[in-house]
Amino acid sequence: MGMAAVLPGPADFAAWRGAARGMLAAGVPPEDTEWRVAGDAPSLFAEAAPPPASSGAHVPRAFVDLAEIAIRHADPERFALLYRVLWRLTHGEPALMQVATDADVVRLHAMAKAVKRDAHKMHAFLRFRQVETEAGTRHVAWFEPDHHIEDAEAGFFVRRFAGLRWSIVTPRRSVHWNGTDLSFGPGGRRQDVPPDDAVEPLWRAYYAAIFNPARLKPGAMRAEMPRKYWRNMPETAEIPRLMAEAPRRAAEMLSRDATAPRPNPQRLHPPGRADVEEAMDLLDAGTDPKAALAALARELAGRNDLPDFARRATQMVFGEGPVGAPLFFVGEQPGDEEDIQGRPFVGPAGRLFDRALDAAQVPRDEAYVTNAVKHFKFTPTGKRRLHQSPDAGDIAYYRPFLLREIGIVAPRLLVGLGATALRALTGKAVPVMKARGTILPGPEGLPVFATVHPSYLLRLPDEEVQRREYARFVEDLRAAHAQAAA
Amino acid sequence: MDLRQKLEILADAAKYDASCASSGTAKRDSTRGGLGSTEGMGICHAYAPDGRCISLLKILLTNACAFDCAYCVNRASSNVRRARFTVAEVVKLTLDFYRRNAIEGLFLSSGITRSADWTMEQLVLVARTLREEHGFQGYIHLKTIPDASPELVEEAGRWADRLSINIELPEAGSLKALAPEKDLSEIKKAMGGLRARIEGAREDLRTARRAKAPRFAPAGQSTQMIVGADASDDATILGTATDLYAGYRLKRVYYSAYSPIPDASRALPPIAPPLVREHRLYQADWLLRFYGFSREEVIAGGEGGMLDLSLDPKTAWALKHRADFPVDLNRAPRERLLRVPGLGAKTVDKILATRRHSAIRAEDLARLHVSLPKVLPFVITADHRPRLLDSGGLRERLIPGTAFVAAARPVQMSLF
Ligand code: SF4
Repeated sequence: MGMAAVLPGPADFAAWRGAARGMLAAGVPPEDTEWRVAGDAPSLFAEAAPPPASSGAHVPRAFVDLAEIAIRHADPERFALLYRVLWRLTHGEPALMQVATDADVVRLHAMAKAVKRDAHKMHAFLRFRQVETEAGTRHVAWFEPDHHIEDAEAGFFVRRFAGLRWSIVTPRRSVHWNGTDLSFGPGGRRQDVPPDDAVEPLWRAYYAAIFNPARLKPGAMRAEMPRKYWRNMPETAEIPRLMAEAPRRAAEMLSRDATAPRPNPQRLHPPGRADVEEAMDLLDAGTDPKAALAALARELAGRNDLPDFARRATQMVFGEGPVGAPLFFVGEQPGDEEDIQGRPFVGPAGRLFDRALDAAQVPRDEAYVTNAVKHFKFTPTGKRRLHQSPDAGDIAYYRPFLLREIGIVAPRLLVGLGATALRALTGKAVPVMKARGTILPGPEGLPVFATVHPSYLLRLPDEEVQRREYARFVEDLRAAHAQAAA
Repeated sequence: MDLRQKLEILADAAKYDASCASSGTAKRDSTRGGLGSTEGMGICHAYAPDGRCISLLKILLTNACAFDCAYCVNRASSNVRRARFTVAEVVKLTLDFYRRNAIEGLFLSSGITRSADWTMEQLVLVARTLREEHGFQGYIHLKTIPDASPELVEEAGRWADRLSINIELPEAGSLKALAPEKDLSEIKKAMGGLRARIEGAREDLRTARRAKAPRFAPAGQSTQMIVGADASDDATILGTATDLYAGYRLKRVYYSAYSPIPDASRALPPIAPPLVREHRLYQADWLLRFYGFSREEVIAGGEGGMLDLSLDPKTAWALKHRADFPVDLNRAPRERLLRVPGLGAKTVDKILATRRHSAIRAEDLARLHVSLPKVLPFVITADHRPRLLDSGGLRERLIPGTAFVAAARPVQMSLF
């Protein structure tokens, strides 16, 4: 004989689970079960009710999650489908949920998807109307969901409108929030909800104004906002007019005479601070080395023959440090963080360099830092920009500016950090590892001290080697400092 | 001028900005006071007949503008009617619409009057009033003026979920020509500044200072690029987009087909908006970000730096790389499956899970709601081997017969 379960509500998952456990414990196969909701017509055949069962079988979490949602579907078959899947999971098909192409699994997913879509549309398309009652302001909405989602979605509206007092009425159910408690009642009728509200004309005006008649795509609108929702959304009353007028409005825009642009577009202000500074720098460039550096930076940033990669960078990153610093450090090029901040040596390698300078007891006011190439050269990969080494042409392009920078700062010793810097300073390819710690001839007869670039230390995979190389780098900096002081 | 007229003018002035997303911010609700909630997923509260989602109250504070950007309805030389909201009016409209469950929040922008800082200050004031005086928990998106002072930007980020600065055009040259007062490098610097702050705030959240960490635009930053107003090709547009994603960690780049405006500039005569091109760019953008395609690969699907207008970019790419196909659905790794036209990431994951238990057959694909005419020419299943892969007629067969308008899905929904 079969077994029949009568559930107290149409989407009562706990009751369904209780009954299903009982049936499973009694070994009732799916084809011998019947499922009803209290109030449904009973079947013609006398059937036993499922016995209570204390614990259920182990089933995958994925099934429970899906079942909790799918049970809200309006399809009367949903309880039986859920039980059938449960039965199969516990009778030799434990991995059933992973078989995305199984007919039962497909149907279960489709039901859950329909319920979720219904809930999403309720969050989206339900409109409250504000009414004044003796007891104060209330917000009331009429909505017609496809599935049994009223109880499950009440929480969304509580979280959103906890401070208001509201009711949502549907054909099957009503939900009330009084500011502290949620209560449920029977369904109602559309007439129970007031037809209009003072803000609606404004909302309709907004809806009409935000529409662009030159982009008419009614199919796309209907795909996301099916007609069945329209009658409960005040703004949709505008749609026929908007669509009818669109072709004429679009044609008008295309055919109208165009207006001439303003002859002399102006910046908002009379010359801003930056412009004044620029003018002063130019005046002072002859005598004041700081102004000369600023002018040099501006000249480079403003060139219109910059290499292509420079245009893709955020900004030029110029050197920093006191004019007259005895030590002039040259790195390769700005990295990702330098490009964003517009300052040299502020990224990971820069921070390591700072630490090493401290360790070598090189005072900050004795060091000027800059790069051989002054824009970040990169390849974009997803959310990162991968550093790309500058080639000989790039180095050659920036070299004259580097030499002028050196000329203005007038240091005693140049320190080339890595191959790019050494090439820029000496004008030829230098094997870094061989030259490391030695002095090479540089521009204007200045000595060039060769060492590695701090990013080389960051790339070493072995910690022990890293420690040793870092110590050597600090030694190099100390030696360079001593050399500059000599 | 009454409130309704202002609303009409200032919504009309804002509608050329495609962005309307309300997703990806921190979870909040009103159970401990205030009004509103955000639950991660964006909600489109209505759709206009242009197929676009209406999620936020998208308006300008004023459409008076000192700049003269040729593509813009609000430019100084345009003859449109001008209006200005007061801060209180914007606050009230936002709350009134929100209480009726008509919007997720506010997207506020403005023409630039007086000065960048003055304009930014007004935008910040609206956001601050909503948050502080009304405990507004809904979504706020503020447009950021590139030249605004750092303090104002800092405060904007405290109140807003999302900030955006529009790149406007894909190349510095076109920006100079069409928006003479704007400067690409200033825009990029401002985006870089936003990225640094957004990442800084996230970093603080992860560390011990969590409680005191100042909020900064938890839903990140986005931008918009106008398509079809200048001569840039798709390769250039997607190149700029990839640089922006990688450099400034943008959540989204919006592509907006240059649309006719009521009073066009003679410097940029109106054209019918290139909607299909815009749609293809969104699809290409999607492939770049979620399907492991490089910009060069996507562009190679078309001709001369332009995407193929009659086919989606994945199918277009596949047709030019037929040697990479067919792909065996029962054996190929995930990366290869993702390259099959018509297979989305979710379907790919379902195939991977299913094939461990039973062999994939053509009918299974139909159950997964896959378009068979699109997929079958490129795949092997337990019961199917494609025959047409070498045929010259394959391309024609794959071009959808329906009109674009009917086939196109609204961009907004598929891109959350
Ligand atoms: S700055 Fe340019 S784009 Fe922005 S509102 Fe003014 S004219 Fe329009």
